[in-house]
Amino acid sequence: MSVVNIKDSDVDIIIGALRSDLTSFMNEWRSIFSRFHLIIVKDPDLNEELKIPEGFNVDVYAKSHMDHVVGSSTSVLFSGYSCRYFGFLISRKKYIVSIDDDCVPAKDEKGFLVDAVDQHIMNLTTPATPFFFNTLYDPYREGADFVRGYPFSLRNGVMCALSCGLWLNLADFDAPTQALKPGQRNSRYVDAVMTVPARAMMPISGINIAFDREVIGPTLLPALRLAGEGKLRWETMEDIWSGMCVKIVCDHLGMGVKSGLPYVWRRDRGNAIESLKKEWEGVKLMEEVVPFFQSVRLPRTAATAEDCVVEIAKAVKQKLGPLDPVFARAAEAMSEWIKLWKALGSGSLPL
Amino acid sequence: MAGSSIKPTPLLKDELDIVIPTIRNLDFLEMWRPFFEQYHLIIVQDGDPSKTIKVPDGFDYELYNRNDINRILGPKASCISFKDSACRCFGYMVSKKKYIYTIDDDCFVAKDPSGKEINALEQHIKNLLSPSTPLFFNTLYDPYREGADFVRGYPFSLREGVPTAVSHGLWLNIPDYDAPTQLVKPLERNTRYVDAVLTIPKGTLFPMCGMNLAFNRELIGPAMYFGLMGDGQPVGRYDDMWAGWCMKVICDHMGWGVKTGLPYIWHSKASNPFVNLKKEYNGIFWQEEIIPFFQSSVLPKECTTVQKCYIELAKQVKEKLGKIDPYFIKLADAMVTWIEAWDELNSSEGKPAKLLNGTA
Repeated sequence: MSVVNIKDSDVDIIIGALRSDLTSFMNEWRSIFSRFHLIIVKDPDLNEELKIPEGFNVDVYAKSHMDHVVGSSTSVLFSGYSCRYFGFLISRKKYIVSIDDDCVPAKDEKGFLVDAVDQHIMNLTTPATPFFFNTLYDPYREGADFVRGYPFSLRNGVMCALSCGLWLNLADFDAPTQALKPGQRNSRYVDAVMTVPARAMMPISGINIAFDREVIGPTLLPALRLAGEGKLRWETMEDIWSGMCVKIVCDHLGMGVKSGLPYVWRRDRGNAIESLKKEWEGVKLMEEVVPFFQSVRLPRTAATAEDCVVEIAKAVKQKLGPLDPVFARAAEAMSEWIKLWKALGSGSLPL
Repeated sequence: MAGSSIKPTPLLKDELDIVIPTIRNLDFLEMWRPFFEQYHLIIVQDGDPSKTIKVPDGFDYELYNRNDINRILGPKASCISFKDSACRCFGYMVSKKKYIYTIDDDCFVAKDPSGKEINALEQHIKNLLSPSTPLFFNTLYDPYREGADFVRGYPFSLREGVPTAVSHGLWLNIPDYDAPTQLVKPLERNTRYVDAVLTIPKGTLFPMCGMNLAFNRELIGPAMYFGLMGDGQPVGRYDDMWAGWCMKVICDHMGWGVKTGLPYIWHSKASNPFVNLKKEYNGIFWQEEIIPFFQSSVLPKECTTVQKCYIELAKQVKEKLGKIDPYFIKLADAMVTWIEAWDELNSSEGKPAKLLNGTA
């Protein structure tokens, strides 16, 4: 690892498997993943056996494990893309990197393979600067620094809790956007990492993320499940919801969220128009979600990520619950999740 | 949803003035000729007014030296700095155009990674003519750029964006570092071309550099006062910073956006870090108080114009920063003088500045 003081054993790579044959996925990532411990969590709705190539240090979890650990009525929390959260729950590592199973390593503009794990860890282990925007982006990157006019007292930065990476080829557009521009592919490699300023809201895509589980773990949570949620990202909002919570909590606790590098290459999959026909509810729900998160105020007494999630869940139940049952269910799921986290999120592994 | 067709960028040659402060010479304009020749230039000559600054042939320009500034503004000329590039804001005041592009005389045409020369002005125009998105961060940066769009989860009701007031460009080669950083890293050069334009979120401040900057003068012009710097002042190299903080607070209040990122220019000259340190010295300490001041500044809703916002800010500067140093009281007064001068020169009944200036 190119980062000083971080051991490979501090990292878990957690993959939610929504497809059964992971051979090509794992082989593409082999040179980057093979030195880490991997947790692969199978979507409980997936019936086929997982195919995983040899040569990895990997633990695989499936519905049976979930039922055993949390009970079969609770394991519905982990259906679809949310299966990865089971991995987040039981991991005991400080840093988690999680990438969708339809993504492979990208190449940078010089043609070199991007080590997404290395870049994520670099992002998490250098400070974030949420209180003042640096126009040369991440000042801790080699070849950059704080610009003239950046207050010195803010140059120590704060802890970076989450690193949100980007995607070449199939960008994370919603279904209406991709349906309108079916041929649009992202070929722009933007060589920057930046801290998203405090109080700025953002859509944190779950496709390519990493986080400090020790500080922010419980805030990545499976809560907002669309009525028609499906097995394509166009048919989900769970990560967007989780990400809005993460940003509020980070802002409240004085931690940072970075966005930008690393890129992954996201393979073409699915049909946006089909997804749009099936599921457009998510797009409508965001209109309610945004004003809610703009107005959420966390009390000073909420000093940990768990406390914050409990407060947000309360507010969701009160303010959003009456608007749509999906929010009432989300609030319940959040409370349930915190109970799980408190019971199972630390100490020796239950399995 | 952002448009997908590529339309040619309008030149805006009758709607945009290029304001250049200079104390040396304008040789750099030769390199910019293909990009600037069609535009009207406003040259603000700092320093000794008896010196003649030669403008390369073929450019349409007005030139103002200190004598002109004194003549045009009379006693109000006290708000315009002397021996500091802050004097450039006089150019904003006398311009009659909708847009301003300002550039330093040690900034040259940069090349993008493919080796192609960058038309900085064209990119600034693109930035100014497309909306900003300060209310929700788009992780794929400017969604109105060709090849980009809003990402999943971006609320549709916010996709129209808001008007863009300012476009802040960046610099390759010599980065805009402060003196302490320059002293520690004298050899560092910015070689990283970041292919992005992004909106700085509402409520977030940033250090605005005046080296490569464009703005909608009709929207935000009166807020672009570059303060009291240079000769006789206790601080320098904080002119653009000051303007940027005032501007951002006002843009946030008025619901306008500020973009940063492309275009890059090539910054060729590293100023002397020891000289810079002396200029910046007070600013480095003062900014620790100035920043929290701007971060917590609230403009009442009665401030419905930029001028009203600016006068209110000046009041707050006097009240809250006055106790740090009497300089801020002078600065607050100068801010008011600036607005008075701006309104005089730009009122619909007032005489246009051109009639008063005999040198163009």
